[in-house]
Amino acid sequence: MRAFRFESLTLPPEADEMRRKVRAFLKEERDKGRYAAHRTSWSTFDPEFSKRAAKAGFIGMIWPKRYGGGEYSNLQRFVMTEEMLAAGAPGGAHWIADRQSGPQILKHGSERARELILPRIAAGECYFGIGMSEPDSGSDLAAARTKADKVEGGWVINGTKIWTSNAHRVHYLIVLARTEPPSENRHAGLSQFIVDTGSEGIEIRPIMNLSGGHEFNEVFFKNCFVPDDMMIGKPGEGWTRVTGELAFERAGPDRFMSDIRLLVELVDKIGREPNERQAVEIGRLAAHFATLRRMSSSIAGLLERGESPVTEAALVKDVGTAFEREVPEAVRKLLPVEASLDDDDEYSQAMAHVLLHAPSFTIRGGTPEILRGMIARGLGLR
Amino acid sequence: MEDMSAIVLEQADRLFAQHIDKKVLSAADAGHWPDAPWRAVEDAGLPSALVPEMKGGAGLTPDVGANLIRRSAFHSVPLPLAETMIANALWTDAGGDVIAGAVTLAPVNPQDRITLVSGAAGTILRGIARHVAWGQQAPTALVLAHDANGKAFLCRVPTAKARSNKTRRNVAYEPREDVDFGGVQLAASDILPAPASLGVDGLMPFGAAIRVQQMIGGMERCMDYALSYANERVQFGRPIAKFQAIQHMLAIAAGHFAAASAAGDALTESPRLGDDALAVAIAKSRCGESAGQVAALCHQVHGAMGFTQEHPLHYATRRLWSWRDEWGAEPWWQDKIGRMICAQGGEGLWPLLVDRPAAAGAA
Repeated sequence: MRAFRFESLTLPPEADEMRRKVRAFLKEERDKGRYAAHRTSWSTFDPEFSKRAAKAGFIGMIWPKRYGGGEYSNLQRFVMTEEMLAAGAPGGAHWIADRQSGPQILKHGSERARELILPRIAAGECYFGIGMSEPDSGSDLAAARTKADKVEGGWVINGTKIWTSNAHRVHYLIVLARTEPPSENRHAGLSQFIVDTGSEGIEIRPIMNLSGGHEFNEVFFKNCFVPDDMMIGKPGEGWTRVTGELAFERAGPDRFMSDIRLLVELVDKIGREPNERQAVEIGRLAAHFATLRRMSSSIAGLLERGESPVTEAALVKDVGTAFEREVPEAVRKLLPVEASLDDDDEYSQAMAHVLLHAPSFTIRGGTPEILRGMIARGLGLR
Repeated sequence: MEDMSAIVLEQADRLFAQHIDKKVLSAADAGHWPDAPWRAVEDAGLPSALVPEMKGGAGLTPDVGANLIRRSAFHSVPLPLAETMIANALWTDAGGDVIAGAVTLAPVNPQDRITLVSGAAGTILRGIARHVAWGQQAPTALVLAHDANGKAFLCRVPTAKARSNKTRRNVAYEPREDVDFGGVQLAASDILPAPASLGVDGLMPFGAAIRVQQMIGGMERCMDYALSYANERVQFGRPIAKFQAIQHMLAIAAGHFAAASAAGDALTESPRLGDDALAVAIAKSRCGESAGQVAALCHQVHGAMGFTQEHPLHYATRRLWSWRDEWGAEPWWQDKIGRMICAQGGEGLWPLLVDRPAAAGAA
């Protein structure tokens, strides 16, 4: 078969050095009582934490120094990311900007956009949301109907985006819009724009999720003006840009560590002497986890060499998010604890919190159904 | 060096392809020792592939050795080749010379214990090892035995001297004999103190490391068969590969295969496959789970044809079902990992898996 590439990666000494640095930072954060390990860490929005993480140099790590970056390697960033997740750090405010919006602007944005935005992201002060999905365009992203019409000095956006996480508290959205009417080539005529959420002509409606939280929003654009230099790339490049952006977000440790803290809390709850069923199941989950970590680090190695392993990234996300979904299902059978957000028992709360977030793990960033289509293409089946 | 490895693997692959065909495999299924293929792998020097050059072997690195075992499993080579490779590596590590002919390993089950008893009549063995691969047909068994003080020794035992209590086959129809070593007398030169690389679990991590690499090779074969079949088989007017249901089944199988391969790769980072007991536990667990899934999905893609002797899929899948159970099935290894994690507490989970140099060999 056409083998997917998951070569072994040995982390260089500077990555180990970074690991020590991040651990020391997180230990201090916890010792000072600045955060409690959250159960779905990268969904927890905490601007003050983001600012402190930025000060320690953990945002925009791989960007050039002139844009506020640290000029570190992909592997050092990989280590920072996994340490943040393992410690349940609340990185949700800056997560999207650091993971995909910033890199997208750095690679394809205008010079003004870079100078205006990247240093603020790296300072932990500027956050992003993803403006891809629409009411009639979810997995079928090319069906986007939001349009941008050319006017003097820029573009005017009209349309609706939905499932826009944190739209009500981020500074910018990267919006995918039609700059040409639909044609036979469904992927043609789309473009990406950086839209300031404080612009005229934007209305944001909250959508509560099933855990009772407000992350999702519906965002209405009515004659919303965006200057020319806030387009990402050239007109019509949107599809290429958007698939490139998705590749950044698919293979990272955040695709299998979203609920890893539940496993940590389970182990503590069980104590030092598990029964056989508990030991076996914890061992099984740990084997999945350790293996995913290898696969993800291998992709970080490919990215470091400048490659773009799109299919491998899709595969890691498919296997990784399946694991995330499995964790609460497996864990609930190991202890007779009924999940409740209101219970005095922290473990019961953790169970409830993860159960109520788990459905999103296999939806955000591309569903398994979409990913498996990409993998099948890689296997020569379509 | 990388080129040399590629040449070694390519030559081995060609040799396996040339000598292992349906005829050989069905004769092996019927209990016949494949003599010509064994002589061919012996002539190619494969039994001592993992022995350092200064001790008379090919000195292959663990990753090339792992790939060699994967290729042999890809071709369903019905021989204790991997057992012989590991046995020679361990025996020479203990100070012995390369052993001529096929060598099997014993004991295979964690519950079985072989003891060394010294008396007036010399040194003899006691104990039964169950499910020993080719326990009668391999001329030599490398046996891990303990003396009265609990000290571990490796013993070179001619299998002709031991009794096979029961002729038994695994579901791949490969011989797995219950061997009674009771009363077998050993010369001093056949007993060496076990090398330091054998920890509390004895041969288990080494045997499991072999099965891990074999499962990966076997899964690759299943995937190859299923991908070809899906592209050839036409139903409802088009190749079944064009149906989304089939595409998703094979994508899931590809995920299992990729995960298994990654877990198996981890074993090649220590000096010998099997040295890092925690990595072995993780890999045997992950590969065993994948093997079951890949076999099931690939059978489903093949429909009734895969359930026949006419299609060769079963040579690969029956081996996967055997290998995942041998040298500790998934729960045996998972239990070890789980207990190790619980002993450290929740916050110990992450460092245990990540800070590997400290954890290596700790299982």
